[in-house]
Amino acid sequence: MTAAFDPPATRGIQAPRAPRRRVGGRRGTNFEMYSWLFMRSSGLVLIVLVLGHLLIMNVLDGGVHRINWGFVAGRWASPFWQIWDLVMLWLAELHGANGLRTVINDYARRDATRFWLQLMLAASVVLILAVGTLVIFTFDPNMS
Amino acid sequence: MWSWVAHRTTGVLTFFFLFAHVLDTALVRVSPEAYNKVIETYKNPLVNLFEVGLVGAVLFHALNGIRVMLVDFWVSGAKYQRIMLWIIVGVWLLLMIPGVYFMLQRTVSSLFGSSS
Repeated sequence: MTAAFDPPATRGIQAPRAPRRRVGGRRGTNFEMYSWLFMRSSGLVLIVLVLGHLLIMNVLDGGVHRINWGFVAGRWASPFWQIWDLVMLWLAELHGANGLRTVINDYARRDATRFWLQLMLAASVVLILAVGTLVIFTFDPNMS
Repeated sequence: MWSWVAHRTTGVLTFFFLFAHVLDTALVRVSPEAYNKVIETYKNPLVNLFEVGLVGAVLFHALNGIRVMLVDFWVSGAKYQRIMLWIIVGVWLLLMIPGVYFMLQRTVSSLFGSSS
């Protein structure tokens, strides 16, 4: 192929009627298929977790106006909401990051640009998951 | 094609929001005063409009996500993809009308209403 731009999303796609070959990376993993499946399965769970979260936090009973430190402390006193928020944090962050990974692969034209954008994305994911998980596990409702 | 553009746009915006949201909520671990100070800055009409935007974006992304799953996994999904777009637009409107009402109720009555 001599085209100036060969996007990674379609790189390696065979010509029509090419002999059947295993799809995937160099080592024959099926990463993109699992990523596709993850977007759908995590999306299904996130519909319940995120829409429930938005309904409680933004819509019902005055929304953000009733939220303060005490409100958060009251909710995280219950393991139910701790687990809810922990699962929502991990699924939303990974679902979003995987979506952004696809978007970067689609639009970054230079290899160096793509590399640095993906590196920044990966760094932000590590930061957010680490901070979020730490806060949920080490929050002290009696600190006031 | 436009539903695909909207799916991307709402997804990317929500991801950036999530970044900020995890960091602001992390202030609960710093001190009650630090958290309350930041949350107070959200309690005004402008941020209230952003909230409506966020809820609208996430709701569209969720409904269109269901549509994408139906296209992928349901045998007739591809055949009905166009009508499913109009169905999710309808469901979005149906849910957003009461949602926006409850979300803006306080702001509207404090800006334009009599004392309440």
